[in-house]
Amino acid sequence: MEKILEVRNLSKVFGKGCPNCFIKTGPDLDTNICPDCGSVVAIHDLSLDLYKGEILGIMGESGSGKSTVVKNLFFDQEPTSGRATFFDDDKQYDLFGLNAAQKRHLRNHRFGMVYQNPHLGLNFGISSGGNIAERLLMNDLRNYSEIRERARELLERTEVLTNRMDELPGNFSGGMQQRVQIAKALAINPPLLFLDEVTTGLDLSVQAKILDLILEIQQEMNTAMIVVTHDLGVVRLLAGRTIVMKYGRIIESGLTDQILEDPQHAYTQRLVASAL
Amino acid sequence: MTAEPILSVEGFSKQFELHEQGKIIPSSSNVNFDVYAGKLTALIGPTGAGKSSVLKGIFRTYLPSSGRIIYHAVNGHTLDLVQADDYQILDLRRQEIGFVTQFLHALPRQATEDVVAQPLFQRGVNRDQARQKARELLEQLNIPERLWSVPPATFSGGEKQRVNLARGLIAKPRLLLLDEPTASLDPATTDRVVEMIQAMKIEGTAMLAIFHHPDLVERLADNVVTLTPPLALDNKEVA
Repeated sequence: MEKILEVRNLSKVFGKGCPNCFIKTGPDLDTNICPDCGSVVAIHDLSLDLYKGEILGIMGESGSGKSTVVKNLFFDQEPTSGRATFFDDDKQYDLFGLNAAQKRHLRNHRFGMVYQNPHLGLNFGISSGGNIAERLLMNDLRNYSEIRERARELLERTEVLTNRMDELPGNFSGGMQQRVQIAKALAINPPLLFLDEVTTGLDLSVQAKILDLILEIQQEMNTAMIVVTHDLGVVRLLAGRTIVMKYGRIIESGLTDQILEDPQHAYTQRLVASAL
Repeated sequence: MTAEPILSVEGFSKQFELHEQGKIIPSSSNVNFDVYAGKLTALIGPTGAGKSSVLKGIFRTYLPSSGRIIYHAVNGHTLDLVQADDYQILDLRRQEIGFVTQFLHALPRQATEDVVAQPLFQRGVNRDQARQKARELLEQLNIPERLWSVPPATFSGGEKQRVNLARGLIAKPRLLLLDEPTASLDPATTDRVVEMIQAMKIEGTAMLAIFHHPDLVERLADNVVTLTPPLALDNKEVA
């Protein structure tokens, strides 16, 4: 089994920060706001490993810091401290030590991200097909008909009607937009994919379709994924291992069925017991 | 018995610590038994004796509280499933250890044949081949062909149970854990399942099963382990 991502002691503080930020916040103190300086501790001392083809779930309530984790790894935000190493065949990258061009390279060529809000992942000013073409162009596919063919293939794969590929994403329903976003993220066959609350707010039948699609992709392309969600059902169906976060800390981690059926931490027990 | 066991459970205990209620609930206590290749070990005992907890503890759905679960893997290595890391367990689940639970958990809207073929998909078997194998099993288990392409959500309890069983059998695990695999089946279908379990025993699968019906224990078990809440008692061999 090959490791693809290693995160060590990742912390992210919003605000000016002070020496007491980490001491005076956390699940035991029931807050992520530092009482001395008012900074928000979104993540503290988070470490995780991800292997090729593995789906890791990050579960927690709003404000637990789970989305911040993937935003840091995808370079949408800068961490306060910590290390992350991406292993790409024979190369390895110290993610937080890269310059802007290197970060852009990884985002465009090796990583995929699907946001909860399609406006963050799609360009609403160009067609759905164009959104995918944009990503293909960054990967040196230049021939117009080849690009169009590949875009069509991807949209078919994600079950977007291809006779609508020239329409703007704004014309589509939320579920369709999400599928265009997934097609775009997958366009370059990234070995590492981040999914941030991808099914939140979609109706149940669309949710099921998207989850099914994600699983198929993982099995066919051996894509490693980090799936951020507050939905226990999503981790149950997708993730082999799950991390539970609260106030920026990992409070529990393990095999997903064990986390859901035999949770050890009081908070996880309450979370699981509250699920419908 | 002279053969080496595939699985040895030694002093296994499980208790649940419920933080909200401030309680510790004992489930299984000091359970000891062995499971052998080509043999079926039956766990019997009243409801609440901790039979399912033992199966879930072996599969890591529950974290064991104490004891050792020694597993002899196909590569000759021996490991304690209580101490093994998450990746070792996931790998064993994919390659060697199967679990047929009482309830069917499947992706919504997934066709029944795909639900059954999942373990083969996970091993990277070609999708068409995996589905073909799934259809063969569904046929053996008397699931009508018109249901194969339908998701199992609307199936009867007995049909769901057979889908679950087919999914557990399809990858031919080396060690198979069965939690009341025939609880809601009619006698004819139960006979089918008994035949399939016997065939797997002949092929060398080691099995650990919970049965409530004494008749099934009689027909299938090579060893019987009786659990009593909260302490494990009897461990005798069936003639």
